[in-house]
Amino acid sequence: MNDSKKQNIEEVRLMKGNEAIAHAAVRCGCDGYFGYPITPQSEIMETLMELEPWNTTGMVVLQAESETSSINMVYGGAGCGKRTMTSSSSPGVSLMQEGISYIACAELPCLIVNVMRGGPGLGTIQPSQADYYQSVKGGGHGDYKLITLAPASVQEMADHTVLAFDLAFKYCTPALILADGVIGQMMEKVVLPPFQPRLTEEEIREKYPWATLGKPSSRKPNIITSLSLEAEEMETINLRLQRKYREIEKNEVLFEEFSCEDAEYLVVAFGTTARVCQKAVEMARAEGIKAGLLRPITLFPFPTIAISNYADKVKGMLTVEMSAGQMIDDVKLVVNGRVPVQFYGRMGGIVPSPDEVLKALKEKVVK
Amino acid sequence: MKEEIIIAGFGGQGVLSMGKILAYSGLMQGQEVSWMPSYGPEQRGGTANVTVILSDERISSPVLNSYDTAIVLNQPSLERFESKVKPGGTLIFDSNGFHKFPTRTDINIYRIDATEYAYANDSTKTMNMIILGGLLKVRPIVKVANVLKGLKKSLPDRHHHLIPMNEKAIEVGMELIQKVN
Repeated sequence: MNDSKKQNIEEVRLMKGNEAIAHAAVRCGCDGYFGYPITPQSEIMETLMELEPWNTTGMVVLQAESETSSINMVYGGAGCGKRTMTSSSSPGVSLMQEGISYIACAELPCLIVNVMRGGPGLGTIQPSQADYYQSVKGGGHGDYKLITLAPASVQEMADHTVLAFDLAFKYCTPALILADGVIGQMMEKVVLPPFQPRLTEEEIREKYPWATLGKPSSRKPNIITSLSLEAEEMETINLRLQRKYREIEKNEVLFEEFSCEDAEYLVVAFGTTARVCQKAVEMARAEGIKAGLLRPITLFPFPTIAISNYADKVKGMLTVEMSAGQMIDDVKLVVNGRVPVQFYGRMGGIVPSPDEVLKALKEKVVK
Repeated sequence: MKEEIIIAGFGGQGVLSMGKILAYSGLMQGQEVSWMPSYGPEQRGGTANVTVILSDERISSPVLNSYDTAIVLNQPSLERFESKVKPGGTLIFDSNGFHKFPTRTDINIYRIDATEYAYANDSTKTMNMIILGGLLKVRPIVKVANVLKGLKKSLPDRHHHLIPMNEKAIEVGMELIQKVN
């Protein structure tokens, strides 16, 4: 969320979350963006086209003929050790799932941005969080996970772009920014990350020896594939993937707490909904209800330990989502019946209001 | 200080840009700001609205269902947002095309006939700045100097020669606005 530190006015800009992603991508040395327009995230590619980074950093910005094509362009670029990304909204991300599964299995780093809109189907263009299952439970086939970041402010849209690329390359795995229409469309203050140059091909060869940038006679060919016909070999790959996911779970959990110290009731929410819930918690506190908010910043890895600790302290929890209730499953798994976990949500593009959340907290949890 | 504002009207009345100018003005005076537009089907030919929050503190929810101030520029927006003004809050309306008028007695209601003025004086392009002037007269939440600074920052250089025209529109708005209740 917004950091209210006094910043130099000159550095502070006002922009949409989508625009912040585009600026941050150019600044963090992204080599290529491949995408297909869809509301509510079209400003990402629009801003990139306006910035014309091919004239400055040399970054490629390309409108593909479809989402399927974009994700496979990302796959190809990632195989060359390049920082590649795509962005879309819910129906478009569904189209990408096959490619994402391939990239996860081939163990390549890349960034996918999903600015969620209401579904299922072609749905609506207003904000939603109903792609939680798709994002953290593996939207494509096979046992894989995506590092999933859930920004709740325009500043985090910029910061997470840099973080997602760093984590993707650290673990050689795709990273996903899971935002929603509100965060994409709203304008807030943002301080953009500092410029870092794109890696040269020599630097890529040195840092990422697996990259397929042309084979010198001194080494064997690098083969990048997601196909292994031998079952034993495929199980070995799966075991390696699972070890990697356990490492990520151990090292990369991020979450934020708001007035949790003495909380008797805990609200769990991510993204835009966490902002709405923060206001609801402020309103509850004003009425003397000791409520707190835990906001997962990483959805995979999920902040299991933090939530588990609260299960021993609070009287009840409320999960609030713009869906029929998806993240609540993960909260319940962690809580494991120790306290009641209730749900409040709106669907199809409706953003819950702080009053509604407060009412749900009182009726379902405080009683 | 915290001011939660909704501006609503037809697409093309300058609702979103008025909100943007307010947000930039808040930025210029070092405040936290958020600008959340309706970007749904209503933006495509129907009613448009934008929620602007200016605050000295970190802003929690960018989406609200009650407001300190509502600026409504068409009948459907009045019907939707009159009841959402907090008691003691402010409602500003441009009555052009209205057939039903605000009825609440627990809020401060102001009328500004900006559309009528703009058409009579061939200044339709600055109509939203006239309304902004009216707002700043009754709710001086940002200094006019900061509005002008914000315009300078948000407009490309080639449009900077239009800033004096906008300043004049703000002054006109300050004169035009009148209390109804």
